[in-house]
Amino acid sequence: MIDLVDVSKTYSKGQPAVKNANLHIDKGEFVFIVGNSGSGKSTLIKMLMKELDASSGTVMVDGINLRNMRRRQVAKYRRKLGVVFQDFRLLKDRNVYENVAFAQRVIGKPTRVIRKRVPEMLTLVGLAEKYKSRPKELSGGEQQRVALARALVNRPDILLADEPTGNLDPQNASEIMRLLEEINDRGTTVVVVTHNKEIVNAMKKRVVAMRKGVIISDEREGEYHYED
Amino acid sequence: MRISTIVYELKQGFKNIVRNWMFSLASIVTMAACIFIFGIFYSIVTNVNHMVKGVEGDVSMTVFFEKDVGDAVMDDVGRRIQERPEVSEIKFVSAEEAWEGFQEQYFGDSKEAAEGFQDDNPLANSASYEVYVNQIEKQSDLVSYIESLEGVREVRHSESAVRTLGTFNRLIATISIAIIAILLVVAVFLISNTISTGITIRREEIGIMKLIGATDLFVRTPFLMEGIILGLIGAAIPLGMLFVMYNQVIAYTLEKFQVLDGILQFVPVGDIFRTLLPVGLILGMGIGFFGSLFTTRKHLKV
Repeated sequence: MIDLVDVSKTYSKGQPAVKNANLHIDKGEFVFIVGNSGSGKSTLIKMLMKELDASSGTVMVDGINLRNMRRRQVAKYRRKLGVVFQDFRLLKDRNVYENVAFAQRVIGKPTRVIRKRVPEMLTLVGLAEKYKSRPKELSGGEQQRVALARALVNRPDILLADEPTGNLDPQNASEIMRLLEEINDRGTTVVVVTHNKEIVNAMKKRVVAMRKGVIISDEREGEYHYED
Repeated sequence: MRISTIVYELKQGFKNIVRNWMFSLASIVTMAACIFIFGIFYSIVTNVNHMVKGVEGDVSMTVFFEKDVGDAVMDDVGRRIQERPEVSEIKFVSAEEAWEGFQEQYFGDSKEAAEGFQDDNPLANSASYEVYVNQIEKQSDLVSYIESLEGVREVRHSESAVRTLGTFNRLIATISIAIIAILLVVAVFLISNTISTGITIRREEIGIMKLIGATDLFVRTPFLMEGIILGLIGAAIPLGMLFVMYNQVIAYTLEKFQVLDGILQFVPVGDIFRTLLPVGLILGMGIGFFGSLFTTRKHLKV
């Protein structure tokens, strides 16, 4: 599903953010990418989102080489992905329903599909009753669940989550991880970038650890035990 | 694009306008000023053209021949003049007709005063052509051409009337083009500024859209709609005002300058708006569309 071969990313000045990364992720896997800040994990996930281009090496997702991708193909590619961020990135002037529906509008889904699909997703994340609330009326955990519903509403093949529990208390963080696991059980490949040690260690999933731009370990049912 | 998507994009376009209402208002006012001035100048130019055409119909030149020129030469000259495209009408006035016309004009009812000339036409060598032109500005060329023809003695024409009308028409057209060009630039600039402010306000939303998989077209469309809507509103207001004002201005002008009543032949408002309405609306839409197209191309490379 995801293949990184000798991938490096150097910003215009300074040290490379990612150095010669090699990584293979199968369809349906659940993978944590861990490391402290500056380890390159966020750069890695941004390359998968096609927000950044690799400076060298090959990034292949679902058989598509992201480095050769034309600008107009990017939108089509991103529809294969669901993305979740630490800061939720919800539209503050729209309610929960509209935030989730927005993801479907953007890809041109007809209204009748949106009316059916959005409530399904809100039920999945346990927010069906709060569909009229605005983001500021929700807790951090609830906002992240809306973001998750938005990421999933288009049935993506891959879910990329960048520090999804970064702004949440332990209870909400566990709840979000439980949802991610449930989504993974349904067949979606899930890649989570995090530095939340407790969660990683509790879930016993594959753990790819990075330090200073280099992948230093890759363990099945691994733990997060690296410190700088 | 689906109809529901187009409706959604249109709504977003309207929302942008409301959210960013101060800039939107400034754009609409500038656009309105632009189209208003365009409308005024269009109306003036059309009316002046209309009047010039009316005068052109009356402007003629008279072609006189050398002494003792035969009919064959006169016929040949007549034929050559008729072949010219700028000639709308040509009329031969024989020496006898000229004399009769002269008598009518100068002796009127007391024709007996002219009886002494009965067998001796004083205008025996005054057979002529009256030539009417359809394009006033080409009169000078035509005069030169006719003067060069064999047998022609003189071409009488009113140079000053021709010059004045032609120059006035060109002057109005030049001024209007210059003013409209300046205003167009200002309008495009303001629309572009409005759109770019809208983009700044919605930068986060645009970023999310792009990450979710929105195409460039989907992201751009609300801004293009916004530009078109601003352009349409900005065009519709002055066009409506001009429609109402047009007849009133004509009535006022005719009342104030009654001396010119016969000369001032105004174009009816319906005829003016048959062209002005679509051109004005398309112009407004075009300015709005291109103003926002340039801006979105510049700012939406996410």
